[in-house]
Amino acid sequence: MLAYLARRITYALIMVVLVSFVGFLIIDLPPGDFLTQKLAELQSRGDRSAELRIAEYRARYGLDKPLLTRYWIWATHFITGDFGESFQYERPVSDLLSQRLMMTAVLAIATLAITWLVAIPIGVYSAVHQYSLGDQIFTTISFIGLGMPGFLLALIILFFAAVILKQDIGGLFSRQYQDAPWSIGKVIDLLKHLWIPALIGSVTGAAGLIRIMRGNLLDTLGQPFVEAARARGLPNRTVVWKHAVRVAINPLIVILGSEALPSIIGGNALVAMVLNLPTTGPLFVQALQTQDMYLAGTGLVFYTIFLLIGNLLADLALAWADPRIRLG
Amino acid sequence: MSEPLVEVKNLKVRFDVREGIIKAVDGATFTVHYGQTLGVIGESGCGKSVTARAILNMVPKPGKVVGGEILYHRRRPSENGSEVTEIVNILDLDPDGEEIRQIRGGEIAMIFQEPMSSLTPVYTAGAHITEAVTLHRLLPIRKVGDQMAETIQAHRRVSKQEAKEIAIEMLRRVGIPNPRERVDAYPHQLSGGQRQRVMIAIALSCQPDMLIADEPTTALDVSIEAQILDLMRELQEETNMAIMFITHNLGVVAEMAQEIVVMYLGNIVERASVVDIFYNPKHPYTRALLESIPRFGKGRRQRLTSIKGMVPDPFHLPSGCLFHPRCPHFMPGKCDRIEPKWTQVGDNHWVRCLLYEKE
Repeated sequence: MLAYLARRITYALIMVVLVSFVGFLIIDLPPGDFLTQKLAELQSRGDRSAELRIAEYRARYGLDKPLLTRYWIWATHFITGDFGESFQYERPVSDLLSQRLMMTAVLAIATLAITWLVAIPIGVYSAVHQYSLGDQIFTTISFIGLGMPGFLLALIILFFAAVILKQDIGGLFSRQYQDAPWSIGKVIDLLKHLWIPALIGSVTGAAGLIRIMRGNLLDTLGQPFVEAARARGLPNRTVVWKHAVRVAINPLIVILGSEALPSIIGGNALVAMVLNLPTTGPLFVQALQTQDMYLAGTGLVFYTIFLLIGNLLADLALAWADPRIRLG
Repeated sequence: MSEPLVEVKNLKVRFDVREGIIKAVDGATFTVHYGQTLGVIGESGCGKSVTARAILNMVPKPGKVVGGEILYHRRRPSENGSEVTEIVNILDLDPDGEEIRQIRGGEIAMIFQEPMSSLTPVYTAGAHITEAVTLHRLLPIRKVGDQMAETIQAHRRVSKQEAKEIAIEMLRRVGIPNPRERVDAYPHQLSGGQRQRVMIAIALSCQPDMLIADEPTTALDVSIEAQILDLMRELQEETNMAIMFITHNLGVVAEMAQEIVVMYLGNIVERASVVDIFYNPKHPYTRALLESIPRFGKGRRQRLTSIKGMVPDPFHLPSGCLFHPRCPHFMPGKCDRIEPKWTQVGDNHWVRCLLYEKE
């Protein structure tokens, strides 16, 4: 077991290094860099000392050095917790991240909780009552949820809230609480705003999950062991939940692992941009667009790390849940 | 003959599917007696398994029982300690209700064709047995100082520890080596034969009055099959339970059963003791089945006899006698028009064939 863990962690580390390097390379690929844009911007404003200042920046950020050297400096600093400086915000990447990470995590966890609490029971209901009216309704809804992109749903909800309810629902806080210290009022205000992005994320997430849960459970309900359990005189509820769902849910553990943790850092960037949420998603999208090297690279590495941890945890959870894949 | 345990009378089961209606069972009548083994034989798809499931009132969807009754002579302890027999029509019970669930597993247990997948893969062998035992088995409470005979009236559920001990004991009885260790084995760690033994252990752990064995050895190899059959016979002698043994293997049923019913396309065509079926078969279908058994010393160059023709399409069943298109004794104008009735041709030997019907 320990040997297995050690091996998995070693592979993960190699993976992180590879991803960070390739990611760094790709971000650097487009011609020019962040400062070329900045220079053009300053010159267009008629700033005469622009050339000089840009050269200064270039030296400060190490952009005058070759790619490999830059990667080496960034990577070695990364290990010590210094992720470099964002060009655009002119602040350390770690500051920017820690500021937004909390809210992103809160939102991601809320979304996940709603998604699973809704999707699993509905999926089970749909499978057990296959082709019933309830199943048809849920199936229709889940197909709509699958087909509709999250940002479109966000736009629709924004429109309804603004035009019909006359409510400001963008962001995560009302204006008066934006910079206020934490208090009960601020928490309540957060909850008032949080449910909307959480709901949007859940609708799209739950739709797919319902389909998977329903399909898996239908397969399982057709298995001989379900009939055998019923023939032993177990009540229907026990047959469905203890025997069928318990087996049918195993593949979902993998989905939980590979989606849940990465979503804490990635979130749903498009929805977050539409709703103007202070989460990490929009931050990274912007960083990638403006070639804000260190911010974008750090985001990528964190996303990878979370994904790898998620997969490892999922594999461990799966082994715990399913004796067939337990290691000898 | 001993007392009847389950009487199936004119059972009719239909499957309403998109392409039409399948008469899976069309008027099955037979009786299972206490302590006896009834063999049900017939080719695949003739309604054997559906009949068995009807006895537990769990015909799979979209199947539906459309007629007949299944009378279960239920023995229960009465107020004064003796046993009374109460007759229940199983088909009248709510298929998800409390009463049928007590009967399923507790009084009529079933083992299935696919031992490989009849155990829930995430639970140990022991967990399956303890689950059944805690559900069905009650232990008598002996009151201290009470010397009257009715001390075994009060019952309680078995505890977890007791259930585990019962599980180990059951595994030992069905011949699983190292039962104390194997009780914690998961299904994938057991061989096919061992899994079927575990299924039998689950079925017998609640001391049922009747065991329905639906082709229990079809998926196993011949040596394991012999072991499982011996085991079932031994256990039957010990507990005096009835067995309904469903199979398409005539050799197996000859070894196991006292009485045999032969099914063809949802109909029972012949019903007799095992000796009569094998030495004095009446129905042309039964005869054809027996002739298609490979035999030693039958002349090497001879081809194995097979029943001519194919099983008819279940949506377009032949008129009259269902077997007439394949029957060597087909009487034109008669067999394809008249549905044969039950005719007695010997002591407890019944057949549905126009050859034996007297005008």
